[in-house]
Amino acid sequence: MEGFFSQAIIYILAAIICVSIAKKLGMSSVLGYLFAGILIGPYVLKFISNETEGQDIMHGTEFGVVMMLFLIGLELEPKNLWRMRDLILKVGLAQVLLTSLAFFLIGLGLGVSWNISLTAALSISLSSTAIVLQSLKEKNQMDSVEGKMSFGVLLLQDIAVIPILAILPLLAVNAPEMLERNEHGGFFDEYPGWIQTFAIFASIGLVILMGKYGFGPLLKLVVKTHLRELFVATALLIVVGIAYLMILVGLSPALGAFLAGVVLANSPYKHALESDLDPFKGILLGLFFIAVGSTINFSLIFSEPIKIFGLTLGVMLVKALVLLGIGKYRKLSMPENLNFAFGLAQASEFSFVTYSFAFQLMILDRSGADTLMAVTALSMGLSPVLMLILDKTIIQKEGMKENKKSGDSDVVNEKNQVILLGFGNFGSTVGRFLRANGIEATIMDSDPDQVDFLRQMGFKVYFGDGTRLDLLHAAGADHAKILISAIDSTEHSIKIVKLCREHFPHLEVMIRARNRFDAYELMDVGVENIYREHLDTSIRMGEDALRKLGFRAHTVHRLGKQFRDYDEEALKVLVQFKNNRKEYISKVRKQIEMQESLLSGELSRKFSLNDHAWDSEQMKDSDSRK
Amino acid sequence: MRKILILFAHPKFEQSDVNQALINSISHLDHVHIRDLYDLYPDFDINVQAEQEILFEYEVVIWHHPIYWYSCPPLLKQWMDLVLEFGWAYGPGGVFLRNKYVMNVVTSGGSKEVYAAEGRNRYTMEEFLRPFEATAYLCHMRYMPPFHVGGTHRITKEELEGKAKVYQELILSLRDSPSIDFPYIQKP
Repeated sequence: MEGFFSQAIIYILAAIICVSIAKKLGMSSVLGYLFAGILIGPYVLKFISNETEGQDIMHGTEFGVVMMLFLIGLELEPKNLWRMRDLILKVGLAQVLLTSLAFFLIGLGLGVSWNISLTAALSISLSSTAIVLQSLKEKNQMDSVEGKMSFGVLLLQDIAVIPILAILPLLAVNAPEMLERNEHGGFFDEYPGWIQTFAIFASIGLVILMGKYGFGPLLKLVVKTHLRELFVATALLIVVGIAYLMILVGLSPALGAFLAGVVLANSPYKHALESDLDPFKGILLGLFFIAVGSTINFSLIFSEPIKIFGLTLGVMLVKALVLLGIGKYRKLSMPENLNFAFGLAQASEFSFVTYSFAFQLMILDRSGADTLMAVTALSMGLSPVLMLILDKTIIQKEGMKENKKSGDSDVVNEKNQVILLGFGNFGSTVGRFLRANGIEATIMDSDPDQVDFLRQMGFKVYFGDGTRLDLLHAAGADHAKILISAIDSTEHSIKIVKLCREHFPHLEVMIRARNRFDAYELMDVGVENIYREHLDTSIRMGEDALRKLGFRAHTVHRLGKQFRDYDEEALKVLVQFKNNRKEYISKVRKQIEMQESLLSGELSRKFSLNDHAWDSEQMKDSDSRK
Repeated sequence: MRKILILFAHPKFEQSDVNQALINSISHLDHVHIRDLYDLYPDFDINVQAEQEILFEYEVVIWHHPIYWYSCPPLLKQWMDLVLEFGWAYGPGGVFLRNKYVMNVVTSGGSKEVYAAEGRNRYTMEEFLRPFEATAYLCHMRYMPPFHVGGTHRITKEELEGKAKVYQELILSLRDSPSIDFPYIQKP
């Protein structure tokens, strides 16, 4: 246990220091983590004693990538994925095939045997999902043209993992006995091919079915317990479960998680899942990058610096060239293309798996595997540095010229201008009115039954409690203009107001208040737009009563309006005296006192229309005086 | 420099290209204050006192509105009914509008030719606007001839730009010229 704590402290401390320095210098966090890994790795501070330990951590934390893809899936609705099929199939496939072919030929040209060349070529063709997506997200480029293309390529690469792992054993020409395939050793390995294939399709089907019909009710059940940790645990269970299932049938867990994410993208729990899993993903990915940093074999690099660096730069250059060609073909602008090509130029963390698998299969010898792994780790370490240099030099300069292009304006931003919290009787009326006039709001409600019902009615309602900052972020509070709180708890509303003031000062908040007393509390925290729920209805009722007593409708209408204005004004005056009252007076007592002061004020005011509108009495008077 | 108050009444301003062009051409001018009545009083509940206090400050008043059924939109009529009070705007002690300049700025679907003795509407715009003239007259104001943009259904972009420019120049001259040289009618 002590060992664990000291380890944890070292990792976290290294991450905090390096990442915050990296961020201060305007670099991506990936670079900070990598550097932290190098620092605590076997060649500097020696907290991690050897590369194998680093690789173990890496395998452990690869789960961060799975989570990341689950979260990305959540943001990608099925119809959008379908729209990307062209990108995934054409761009992705072209990249994998062309890159593999190039490296295969280079390998043969350098006199390496064909099976080693092919193993290396296939592995090198893949890029690091973790590094690329993290960088794209940090730079807010997921929705840009090159961001979408990068994502398409990465998705196909994740699919390509399956055939690559299947091909490797066939390359083992001199493997004496088949070793146990514990690397991706699936449960169905001993079974014939058709059962394996069937298992794969069955499990994908299961994931989709569960996503559509299983997870929703499960989450709803959990939500009703009102225990947040249980919801987090369920979210984790879903992701872990899918990953396990995928490993069982020999598929990429990241791919399975991505699929589940896509299926859940329309779910009401989307935002809640996002905000609950995000920290786990962040920490795991951070550790993952640290582990990558610690696996860079500096003794090997220092013993043959020219060879290793030459190979690494060669790998990245060739990969980038192939990608540049594809980008050119897809008519990317120069800065977009550079971003796309060099962003994907590193080798993948998955190569560690293929190389050690190939080593077990005796395709590679120890030194070959070590060299390739060193190249992989180095390329992953170098790629953020390279991107940084590119960003600061060419892309920025080129970007100046095509400034209008860099703002991803052609991407339709689906973020709504209005966030509506609480979709009960009050909120739903507001929401319906807005919708009837073409304004869609992002709606959140914390009652799972209500959410369910409204979803059936065709409203896009998300499960969530507006008092959590992460959920507000997920609901798009950064971009929205107005936040409407139609929830009936003023305590909650006040929390929301404070959160918004601190984190989203641009947001205009409009708050529902149950009564005068709540309105005072809201005024105390400085809310300007307060809507007492009974005010308009009760005045309207009074108006109708006056009409039934013979008042004319137009007069009554004006009287009602005037009374409402007066009441709102009176509220502003009375709130100043509110705090002078002694503490022991109960809320109820206060309410009565308020009513009293109001009523006496109205008696002296005499509510008649005291303007002279359409009034001819004066004129008659003055005429008669003549 | 004179201060100019534009009392603008249009129930569907967001769909009126012509009035948007006209308003945009003057909205940025100093000493020119535009009061969009339909935006201020959606429920016709005009704040009489506030309106009177504002009128007090301005030397030139413009009634800017489209022509509906040969008159102004109802909210401007409501404004006149309520704000121009007996004993304030006219009658004994009703001196607060005396000597202020006032003008109708109107837009109409029918062209200038339609608004003529021989035209389809049989009367000129000036004749249709007699109630405004009479109101101004009773209040001892100086009523100037209207500024009319006609044929708005068929107006071209260039024509509209031209009209907006003329409107701007009109407002500028009302604001800046040492003396207002437009002819006007005033109760002696």
